[in-house]
Amino acid sequence: MSLVATEADFQRAGFFDWRWIPRALGLGVLAFIIFGPLVNLLLWTVAERWYFPHALPLQYGFSYWGRVFAPRAEAMSSLFTSLLIGCLVVALSLVLAIPAGYALARLKLPFRSIVLLALLLPNAFPNLPIYVNIARLFYQIGLNGTVLGVVLVHTTHGLVYAVWIGTAAFSAIEPELEEAARSAGASAMRAFFDVMLPLAAPGLMASAIFVFLDSLDEFTGTFFVGAPDVTTLPLLLYTAGAGGNYQIASITALILLVPSIAFMFVVERFLRADVLAKVGQ
Amino acid sequence: MNMLESRYPAVSETSGKISGRAAAPAFLEVDGATVRYGNVHVLEDLSLSVAKGEFVALLGSSGCGKTTLLRTIAGFMQPVSGRIAVDGRDVTRQPPDKRGMALVFQTYALWPHMTVAQNIGYGLKLRRKPRTEIAAKVAEMQTLLGLEGLGGRKPAALSGGQRQRVALGRALAIGPDILLLDEPLSNLDARIRLTVRHEISALQKRLGITAIHVTHDREEAMVMADRIVILNAGKIAQLGTPQEVYNNPASPFVAAFMGAENVMALTAEVRGGKIGIEAGPTNRACEISCGDRSVSSGRLEARFRSEAAELLDAAASPPVSGEALILDGTVAQASYPGGVWRHVVKIGDQQVVVDSSRAFASGESVSVRVPSEALFLFDGGVSDAKGMAL
Repeated sequence: MSLVATEADFQRAGFFDWRWIPRALGLGVLAFIIFGPLVNLLLWTVAERWYFPHALPLQYGFSYWGRVFAPRAEAMSSLFTSLLIGCLVVALSLVLAIPAGYALARLKLPFRSIVLLALLLPNAFPNLPIYVNIARLFYQIGLNGTVLGVVLVHTTHGLVYAVWIGTAAFSAIEPELEEAARSAGASAMRAFFDVMLPLAAPGLMASAIFVFLDSLDEFTGTFFVGAPDVTTLPLLLYTAGAGGNYQIASITALILLVPSIAFMFVVERFLRADVLAKVGQ
Repeated sequence: MNMLESRYPAVSETSGKISGRAAAPAFLEVDGATVRYGNVHVLEDLSLSVAKGEFVALLGSSGCGKTTLLRTIAGFMQPVSGRIAVDGRDVTRQPPDKRGMALVFQTYALWPHMTVAQNIGYGLKLRRKPRTEIAAKVAEMQTLLGLEGLGGRKPAALSGGQRQRVALGRALAIGPDILLLDEPLSNLDARIRLTVRHEISALQKRLGITAIHVTHDREEAMVMADRIVILNAGKIAQLGTPQEVYNNPASPFVAAFMGAENVMALTAEVRGGKIGIEAGPTNRACEISCGDRSVSSGRLEARFRSEAAELLDAAASPPVSGEALILDGTVAQASYPGGVWRHVVKIGDQQVVVDSSRAFASGESVSVRVPSEALFLFDGGVSDAKGMAL
């Protein structure tokens, strides 16, 4: 312990450090950019009356919530449609991604990296022209305006997460664990279901969540292929927003936001570093 | 215990009379197997037959093909040519699960999502055994391997030695015809390894299982195996009992691998069952009876172990009793690893290592006496001796 205090000691002891002012300003702006719109959204969900030039709502209440959650309201039916489509997309993606991921991870496939890259194509090109063409094609074969049509469109989009993460999940499993099962007398199929699948489950779960959230959020494809017969939450949000009904739009947005945030925490727990390290390899 | 022994009825007869030459009919037969990784031949036309109840060690340095041979026998690799048969049944094209073998992996490969009991009982569950029978067998394995009370634990909560025993229990639980061990001791602490070594071979003898054990540890192979197969570059360098490969190495490679790392070049003339070694710049002339050696006149490569040679004062007259090769040199270095003094002796421009019960000072002139029975002689010079020495 030195008895002589240095300049640094004074600063540490509570003297104001001027260098913090720009940092604080920067952090403040960042927080405002992220949370400003969210606060605005939350205010709109409970605003009964709010118009210019007032900075805050004039009257608060939950009457719009009642309208949104009314048994026969459009919001409830589109929420149901969104969840149904999301679950179907997850199921279809996993059915395709589990064998594909296993094959890409374990077997000596020719053009392996090209296959992985091809899955990225639907996300690499501008969406609009693709969906216009899909809509035209689906119209010809009668898939337009059906839940199946929307599920197919969402699956092409979500499959990249499912297959890439699925491949990584299978790659992260030591081949010897599978061989040990074969050595114990398990057929290839049995070893897959008893050893590979349970061990890949956390990674597959994470990919399922990504696919589900992607489907829940999807607008463009649903708009071209599904509307007006299939209404999902994003479509309702669009209609409400375009019609100036900010309360309905905000409540719908909040409904969309909650599962996204909740699932992100789950994904963060499920996706281990060793699986993430194998993504895209 | 009774359940186990009833699974292997012919234990006492088979394990009792195992000879070095596999006189018993072959139980496992590898016939002319060639295995490739891409264009690299890992195994070249390799043949091996193992009798029932025999413990065979595949010994070699890394990359010699010993693990490949084991994996080919297990069915995880396919030979491009050749045949593998178990008890007369051709299994070359059979998948690993149809071969009646159990493999213990170097990394143990325990399933992390199953408990110890589930790991051990998995093979029995696959065979649709009743739950009570599985539980009884798992309990028996736990007792046999000292894993009592650990049945509910996951592999992550076990020590290395415990994991190794679970892996062994998992392999033994299914009552395999052949137990394949892929360096199962290499991940253990040195002290535990010595114990587990004896545990495994005692267990194998008691159960009468045919076992094939891959290792790069010479002593481990010597202690555990009935017969040792020394592999070099995908071929069998020598095959025999531990005593045979130790005392009669068939090639300089085997001699070096079995610890005879001291190497000298000699010139000799063979006549009438005697090898007459001519005096060289560093060795005295001597005559040695041929015995088992098959060498011809000309350049010879001599090899011997450091502990088999004797270090003598150069001034003292060498004892005349017995045939021996005498080399003259000076002590370059002396150290004490325990038990005996280890000397590096400079002989001409070469160095040999010789153990002695008493210390010789550095720089002292000495004679190295290699008795006939400890001297390995091979045709040819020592040109590639450095490459052979491991």
